[in-house]
Amino acid sequence: MITGTPKPIEEILEMLEPYDNIIVAGCFGCVTVCRVGGDKEVQVLSSTLRLAREAAGRKIEIKEVCLERQCDPEYLEPMRPYIEDYQAVLSIACGAGIQFMAEKFTKSPLLPGINTGFLGVTERQGEWTERCQGCGDCVLHLTGGICPVTRCAKSIFHGPCGGSVQGTCEVDKDVKCGWQLIIDRLVTLDQMDNYGKLKPYKGWDSSRDGGPRRIIREDMV
Amino acid sequence: MLPCTGRIDESLLLKAFENGADGVMVIGCLEGDCHYVNGNIRARARVERVYNILEQINIGPERIRMYNLSAGEGAKFAAFTNEFVGRVEELGPSPINLARSNGSKESEQEVQAT
Repeated sequence: MITGTPKPIEEILEMLEPYDNIIVAGCFGCVTVCRVGGDKEVQVLSSTLRLAREAAGRKIEIKEVCLERQCDPEYLEPMRPYIEDYQAVLSIACGAGIQFMAEKFTKSPLLPGINTGFLGVTERQGEWTERCQGCGDCVLHLTGGICPVTRCAKSIFHGPCGGSVQGTCEVDKDVKCGWQLIIDRLVTLDQMDNYGKLKPYKGWDSSRDGGPRRIIREDMV
Repeated sequence: MLPCTGRIDESLLLKAFENGADGVMVIGCLEGDCHYVNGNIRARARVERVYNILEQINIGPERIRMYNLSAGEGAKFAAFTNEFVGRVEELGPSPINLARSNGSKESEQEVQAT
């Protein structure tokens, strides 16, 4: 899922300074699962903002909505009849959802209520860790299901590097060395021969290096 | 009244302040004695989150507190309630209620002036 963290209330209040009536828009997708931008968070954030603004002597009117997904056009359309009745939209969806809404409703200022994080997994309630950087050229079949692009701090393809100490990465003692994990897994799977099969170099043209990416599935268009 | 504090979520607690409460007291069963296993533990975490929110927006975090009591501790319930109410009275009206009363005084003055 796409993860995120709430922005500090102070920062949000500063963003909202010019506005007196807004929409707070959540999303039932990833941000609901990682408890940063779902229906409940819409309610809590809206109450918090109303309390803070009223205590400061300047009320704010808030319409609370939570869309099925903010990254699909059909779920944004129901907002069209009323969105311009409000001065701005504070979205607590991921960066993709916020931008898509901004594209669809060009006359409404869009404000981000969260900081979007990474593509990750839930380790336990309240803890998420990164697993994928969307490089566009997956090699997990050769690396025991562990991604060298994401799990190695340097994203190198023939590790471990010299900074790996007893299975730990030099960047942080709490970060496991991705390549140590890969080697250990390959040994367990009796697939160490895969280590030699890795590409001599990785083409990064399918990653972010070529600018914003696009997927066109001719069979679906 | 809710059958279990596990049903309380942050928005419900914040709504109480929006509706004019100067303080909110949450009373759950004794820890380890929840009929629904961990409802009161969940409530404690939620109260803590609201405590932090109230601190961030300068409403005064001490306006919310959770107590744990069994159904047989009536005298303790009364003592805790008196203690909490006393503390909230010392704190005075919440900034929301102060802003509301200032606002209504101002509008009264405006009416008198016209």
